Amino acid sequence: MPLEASIPPAGTMTTQIEAALGWARKYSIFQYPFVTACCGMEYMSAAASHYDMDRFGAGFPRFSPRQADCLLVVGTISHKIAPVLRRIYEQMPRPKWVVAFGVCTCTGGFYNDYSTVQGIDTIVPVDLYIPGCPPRPETVLHGLTLLQEKIQKTGGRLR
Amino acid sequence: MRGERKDSPAERNHEELAALKAEGYNMLVDLTCVDYLSQNQTPRFDVIYRLMKFDLIEGQDLGRVELHCAVGEAPVLRSVKDLWPVADWLEREVWDMFGVQFQDRPDIRRLLMYEEFVGHPLRKDYPITKRQPLIGPKDGAKADSPSFNILKPTITGE
Repeated sequence: MPLEASIPPAGTMTTQIEAALGWARKYSIFQYPFVTACCGMEYMSAAASHYDMDRFGAGFPRFSPRQADCLLVVGTISHKIAPVLRRIYEQMPRPKWVVAFGVCTCTGGFYNDYSTVQGIDTIVPVDLYIPGCPPRPETVLHGLTLLQEKIQKTGGRLR
Repeated sequence: MRGERKDSPAERNHEELAALKAEGYNMLVDLTCVDYLSQNQTPRFDVIYRLMKFDLIEGQDLGRVELHCAVGEAPVLRSVKDLWPVADWLEREVWDMFGVQFQDRPDIRRLLMYEEFVGHPLRKDYPITKRQPLIGPKDGAKADSPSFNILKPTITGE
């Protein structure tokens, strides 16, 4: 094969299909905010114009889990609502990611009682934990960039 | 606390509250309960009705009163839903959390907890570590996830 044939034409680049898919997916996070408690206020702050999640390609919350690929669980999850959360997770199409937003979703926080789920990872698989009560928007945005790294590494897998 | 405190025998709660309503206490502010098990007090429960005279035109608080009904084990009180409709949910909540029953009213069922829940969680003899999850690890089973936190013990069962 002559050397010229292996050089791609101008305006193109070679890559792996998985890397390209991961790159595309990490900048178009369609989030489903599952907001149950006070962390929702901080989520609004992070999502609105001042901190502007849209800079990271996550500016478009979908209010149907069937159109979303990132489940943001924001706020305390009680045992009563746990089956609802599980069902919403199951309705989301693959590939999908789950973010535990705030310490109540990570571990139950200080609600170690009869009514609260001790961490949503006992119900759904979690990709990213954002601690804080509530987390500051900077923490949320840092978490979002970490999620993007994870999507870049693993999200391009053809499943 | 503003307002005076009155005490009433449990079987006379409806008459006392109807008299207070006729006196002008037109608003049931709160209906709640205290479990004095740890103080070894008898009778064990204290059901508290907080009432307010509310001036509907001026929007002013014209006085408050608190009625305490001491009730024992397996407590039963007469419902005051016919006096103040707001008592509907408050009685359901007190039944849900403390197991205090209310007679002469329909549809007494749990308000905050789910129907599958057994027991009354704010009773002092409800075990503090008892968990009754609807889904999730009951028998130590782990969620199907590589990110599942295997380090954290989850309190289950009794």
